[in-house]
Amino acid sequence: MSSFVLQRFFSFFVTLAVTSMVVFGVLEWLPGNAAQVILGETATPESLAAMEEKLGLNQPALSRYVAWVGGLLQGQSGISISYDTPTAVLMMERMQVTLPLAIMAMSVTILVALCLGLYAASKQNTAGDVGVMTFSQLGLAVPNFWLAILLILLFAVHLQWVSAGGFPGWSAEDGGGFWAGTAALILPAMALAAVQTAILTRVTRSAVIESMSEDYVRTARAKGLSKQQVLWRHVLRNAMIPVVTVMGLQFGNLITSAIVIENVFVLPGIGRLIFQAIANRDLIVVRDVVMLLSAMVILINFFIDLLYALIDPRLKTGAAAV
Amino acid sequence: MSSAQTFTRHVQQAFKHRSFAAGAVIVLVLVLSAALSLFWTPYPVADIDIPNKLATASAQHWFGTDSLGRDIASLLLVGSQNSLLVGFIAVGIGLGLGVPLGLWASAQRGWVEEVVMRVADFTFAFPALLSAILLTAIYGPGLVVSITAIGIFNIPVFARITRGAANAVWSRDFTLAAKAAGKSKWAITWEHVLPNVASVLIVQATVQFAIAILAEAALSYLGLGTQPPNPSWGRMLNEAQSQMFQAPMLAVYPGIAIALAVLGLNLMGDGLRDLLDPRLSRTR
Amino acid sequence: MTPAHNTPLLSVRNLRVALQTSHGQLEALRGVDFEMQRGETLGLIGESGCGKSLTALAIMGLLPDRATVSGSIALHGSELTQMSEDTLCTLRGARMAMIFQEPMTALNPLHPIWKQIAEPLQLHQGMDLVSAKARALELLDRVQLPRARERLDNYPHQLSGGQRQRVMISMALACQPDILIADEPTTALDVTVQKEVLALIRQLVAEDGMGLLLISHNLGLMRDQVERVMVMYGGAVVESAYTKALFERRLHPYTQGLFAAQPQLGLKRGTRLQTIAGNVPEIFNWPQGCAFADRCAYVKDSCRQALPPIELVPQMAHFKESQETDKPRQLAEHWVRCPEWQKLEAAA
Repeated sequence: MSSFVLQRFFSFFVTLAVTSMVVFGVLEWLPGNAAQVILGETATPESLAAMEEKLGLNQPALSRYVAWVGGLLQGQSGISISYDTPTAVLMMERMQVTLPLAIMAMSVTILVALCLGLYAASKQNTAGDVGVMTFSQLGLAVPNFWLAILLILLFAVHLQWVSAGGFPGWSAEDGGGFWAGTAALILPAMALAAVQTAILTRVTRSAVIESMSEDYVRTARAKGLSKQQVLWRHVLRNAMIPVVTVMGLQFGNLITSAIVIENVFVLPGIGRLIFQAIANRDLIVVRDVVMLLSAMVILINFFIDLLYALIDPRLKTGAAAV
Repeated sequence: MSSAQTFTRHVQQAFKHRSFAAGAVIVLVLVLSAALSLFWTPYPVADIDIPNKLATASAQHWFGTDSLGRDIASLLLVGSQNSLLVGFIAVGIGLGLGVPLGLWASAQRGWVEEVVMRVADFTFAFPALLSAILLTAIYGPGLVVSITAIGIFNIPVFARITRGAANAVWSRDFTLAAKAAGKSKWAITWEHVLPNVASVLIVQATVQFAIAILAEAALSYLGLGTQPPNPSWGRMLNEAQSQMFQAPMLAVYPGIAIALAVLGLNLMGDGLRDLLDPRLSRTR
Repeated sequence: MTPAHNTPLLSVRNLRVALQTSHGQLEALRGVDFEMQRGETLGLIGESGCGKSLTALAIMGLLPDRATVSGSIALHGSELTQMSEDTLCTLRGARMAMIFQEPMTALNPLHPIWKQIAEPLQLHQGMDLVSAKARALELLDRVQLPRARERLDNYPHQLSGGQRQRVMISMALACQPDILIADEPTTALDVTVQKEVLALIRQLVAEDGMGLLLISHNLGLMRDQVERVMVMYGGAVVESAYTKALFERRLHPYTQGLFAAQPQLGLKRGTRLQTIAGNVPEIFNWPQGCAFADRCAYVKDSCRQALPPIELVPQMAHFKESQETDKPRQLAEHWVRCPEWQKLEAAA
């Protein structure tokens, strides 16, 4: 078991390191230098020089990279150009919106998709199955930001149950509160969850169907287990392997989709932060946020890999992975 | 039987498949609308008609008008050109660069395969939309940049799929036989491997086409894609959002157009997957 | 209900199975008849596609939903075809058990083997986990799995093919069933392991006094393993006899062809191996009558119209003397579905 974990950890570490290099590299490779990009065409030579000084552009790229990474590892990040605060502070603030949003969306997705997928698989080719599949086809086709707008139209404009956007904050003093905050996140979470649910439902359904046609299911039936018992004791765990893979991939999707959704609902989350930073050409923020998001995705995938080892004993004992 | 006859027979058989038929019809409508809009639209899309702005659906304007009085129906038609273009080029980039890469990796094996796959895996770890946003931010928003960004992310997708499918073909006996007969790797790849992976690629191409349309719509919604005055369904949704209280229907039509296009492609892709699957072990 | 002394363990009468496919309703089994007593070993031999596995699955009630079963299958006199799924579940694994061809895929890769053996014990005998695990160890010892105690917590992928098949056998015998159906149990194993596993099955069956239905396409296997053999072709049993009797003479054209096709040691160099002309008809194309009609040298018109009825063949003289007299007469019967059997007897 431990060799597998070590291997995965090493891979995680390397991916993280390479990602940091790529993120840094991409922002080096700009048309013109960073200062020109940030200040734009109308910058005067003096302001350009000042910016270059501020960004330390006179130092070689490698030492700047090392300084950046070193700073990150010590918990110090760059200072945002437009907000003049450490990016870490900005990101912490914004994560308070994005993280709960992502968790809500993912929870709904997993719950609904597993139930629907299982149902569809056990009632294969009947009306119930066709219904679920049709529903998932629609879910896949609908752009999430459009769904978001439709939800706003229905629940905010027409029914007026929730506001059309914005986030009141988690603390009551700022005019928000736990329930107010959660209410503001419901529609965005639903919009985010829709597509992911459609995808995960299909994956679950096909994974269960595939598992049900395996030989060991026949053996289990021959031992006297009912179809229900076979489903719960034998099929589910095997079907979870591909399902968990997709769940991991979906998390990355979720994070990027959040960028768009947060813009639809004007939520002060990470997605909106990076979007504004790009508009403001605040490269420091862009760099740090991209690094953060990528690191989160890589971390999740690492945990998924560990989860495999728990589910599939073939990995634990070092047999060739199927 | 001539190849034309075989082809028509195949097409006839394909249309018996419900998913494929439905999807193909929708995609056909899409393509025809785009073609039609090259020559004719109910109104020129540039026509601004402020007095008639935000009109509801009527005989003159089948879907109404937007905040500048432009005819929605015309905007939708021309927008389809945009979507199709994005799909074609993005998938084209993916196929054109990703497939050879995958074939090469599969034929060479060893470190070449390892490196190619690692790099491909790595780009998957990078959220695609995020990178597209980044690129459009650095190089400026617009159709070209957004197509390129989306297309670049198709390359690892197709490389991966091609390599996986090609590996399966290489392990089959008839390629061994060809090798034993002295054929070069390139000849085998071209004559044997490629035709056999073609079906997988076709299916994936329809999927990626749909994904490209969705991605471009998202980018346009954010203002980073197709720039005015060129119509784009995604941007129409953005403009509609600010008019939500006055003209709610404006937010509905472009979304339906996008959803329909994607649905059609997905159905077609599902149908093709069933039809081209050599196993055919399913009971319908 | 205690079965009467002469109620057969298993009685199959006119078993027909129809499959719903995209080509319409197909009759995959066209009237299988046989009986089996406790302690009897019966072999079912035939090529792929003749319906042997289907017969086994029909007995166990494990046919897919798109299959329609008609006819009678009685276990200890109780009619299985009329039973509810729940009742069948209580019988499967407890009174009738089955082992399959591919031990590699027939075991759940995610469960340790003791758990898979313990499952029928928990299900049918209400054992708790601890007792079940202990019993699993006893069973593994009985099937002669080396180092059973260490192996209890192993997963299937850690065992070899022969070892996995032993685990399957212990799973099947856990609740001491009355009948064991073995569907090509050794086909996927190495030749040396095959002998061991078959010997094991033979031994355990004899010890427990179970009935054994052994399915195979291998003639040589039949000679050593079973008392009686049924030959299947095209969804029906075409010949049935004591193994020894069958090996002395064959009275169905197909069986003759089957035996003749066996390569033998010591043939002169250059001798052509015998084959049966023609091909096995696809299930879609099974004719109304005898499925062997198109390949048969003795075919008559009546053969093509309907499945030839069962004809009893008198036993050879020396056979009558050596038979055990306490076995019911049916067992000793040699019957064949061919109107021309006398011609074949003369030609042999």
